[in-house]
Amino acid sequence: MRFGVLQFPGSCDEVDALHAARRVGDAELLWHGERDLKGVDAVIVPGGFSYGDYLRAGAIARFAPVMEAVSEFAQAGGLVLGICNGFQVLCEARLLPGALLGNANRRFTFRQVELDVVQADTAFTRACAGRVRAADVPARLSIPAKHSWGRYYADERTLDELEAAGQIVLRYAPGHNINASLRDIAGVRNARGNVFGLMPHPEHAVDPLTGSTDGLCIFASMRLAVESWARDTRTTLSD
Amino acid sequence: MRARVLIRPKAGILDPQGEAVQRALPALGFTGVANVHVGRLVELDVQDASQLESMCEKLLANPLVEDYEIVAG
Repeated sequence: MRFGVLQFPGSCDEVDALHAARRVGDAELLWHGERDLKGVDAVIVPGGFSYGDYLRAGAIARFAPVMEAVSEFAQAGGLVLGICNGFQVLCEARLLPGALLGNANRRFTFRQVELDVVQADTAFTRACAGRVRAADVPARLSIPAKHSWGRYYADERTLDELEAAGQIVLRYAPGHNINASLRDIAGVRNARGNVFGLMPHPEHAVDPLTGSTDGLCIFASMRLAVESWARDTRTTLSD
Repeated sequence: MRARVLIRPKAGILDPQGEAVQRALPALGFTGVANVHVGRLVELDVQDASQLESMCEKLLANPLVEDYEIVAG
């Protein structure tokens, strides 16, 4: 299992994303200027301040050469995870619906937040039993969030469609919606289910040293998804 | 030619910056102010003004959440 972690000028969380991915498989950095994913099994678009957040967060990064390759990879069904700035980039690239606006409190906010895993059956959450509290109650993950532009927005019709299609994957638990995201949305997937973005940082929650290890399951889920597709492909080919 | 693009948050979307400015003005003695919104200005020299709309749609604005106004010349 090989992860590719994008690196733009101004990215900073590609380092922890690399470390987190390496707990689950192999991982390497993919430079923004190269239109080459080097055959990785999954792509991580990391957090940070790509291109200084100039104009709008993610507005310039979406046109980087590497993002052309990511777009093709996503169209072909490849797994793409966007974290924080990565989520912003994927929304700007229209690989995910909606947009991220400035926090309602107009402040950079850095807090450990609790997230409800609303959709447990996705390529990014299947391994997230997390802290299961009771039957029929979503698993809850404790993951740090740190951002100024994290308020998720989509128009009412789109939000209703996302709800109906099960595309809202993570919600801020009550009292943890630090940015006033509509419908407490913390993470969404595309319709096909291979692209997922979230504002909090699972890559900062993989080691007991920093408290919660609840973030690791997202990377583990991606590995499970890739391995099961590989198994299915082999089965099909050997028929 | 010199062009200006004004980019505004779409009506109906929470605009915390606009609200902050609206709250600050009375403290400075300015009354009777309402409906304040904060946007962005991009100024550029262009050879082909017909490209401006496409520039706005693709990069300068996010049409999901922003309106833009091109002021050419």
